[in-house]
Amino acid sequence: MLLEKKKEREVAIPTSSMADIAFLLLCFFLVTTSLDLDKGLQLGLPPKGESKPIPKKNIASILINAAGEVAIDEKETPVSAIRDIIKRRLAENDKLIVSIKTDRQTPYQVYIKVLDQVKMAEATKISIAEPEQ
Amino acid sequence: MEFKKKTKVSTEIPTASMPDIVFMLLLFFMVTTVFRQFSGLPVELPRAKRIEKLEAKKNVTNIYANVQGEISIDDKLVRVKDIALLMYQKRKANPKLIVSLKLDKNVKMGIVTDIQQQLREADALRVNYCSKYGE
Repeated sequence: MLLEKKKEREVAIPTSSMADIAFLLLCFFLVTTSLDLDKGLQLGLPPKGESKPIPKKNIASILINAAGEVAIDEKETPVSAIRDIIKRRLAENDKLIVSIKTDRQTPYQVYIKVLDQVKMAEATKISIAEPEQ
Repeated sequence: MEFKKKTKVSTEIPTASMPDIVFMLLLFFMVTTVFRQFSGLPVELPRAKRIEKLEAKKNVTNIYANVQGEISIDDKLVRVKDIALLMYQKRKANPKLIVSLKLDKNVKMGIVTDIQQQLREADALRVNYCSKYGE
């Protein structure tokens, strides 16, 4: 009887499909990764209990009423014009502080629009006044 | 004179190292992936143009508020007067804390002001009004 010669077994792990597996995992993580960071208007609030008297000529006060109408120094102004007005006043007086005062019923959207305009005018000193009760 | 036979230039792209490259990319994405921890309240963010990116996500705490006047921090509904204490603890744990206010565009400024007063109380003064780009 002839003994069959034992066949040598293949011991290598097939690696040709490894790239495919890696790509699959890569796709999964690509899809689930959220690189989108939050964006928004940044502002520093004043520390508690700090209030300094400011000469009135250095203040541009923006008032927003409950209906979302905006006034700069008691003159009614459309929101889109704020940027130019503040820019002009900043050019005249670089110590200008922009004070934004709202009503408790003012819509948040209008406030953000106004703040956006003020930021676009490159104003750095922005003060948020407390609404009247 | 005999001309030397031109050696054949190999035109194939070597693909042997491709898995290594892919694995490297894979590792990068695995490390950077952060599965969403807190979902918050569904809010419609206001739109603004002059928006900046928040740099470090780990320093950011989100405060959500919707039109119904519900306020949520870290997936828990809180009352306005509890914000100060909560934020003070966070602020103590991480002095670089940035508070991202995710408020619905239709909320009234009354709530916004109340939250801000609480934040001032807690000495968490870096605030971000989260908004989307657009008109």
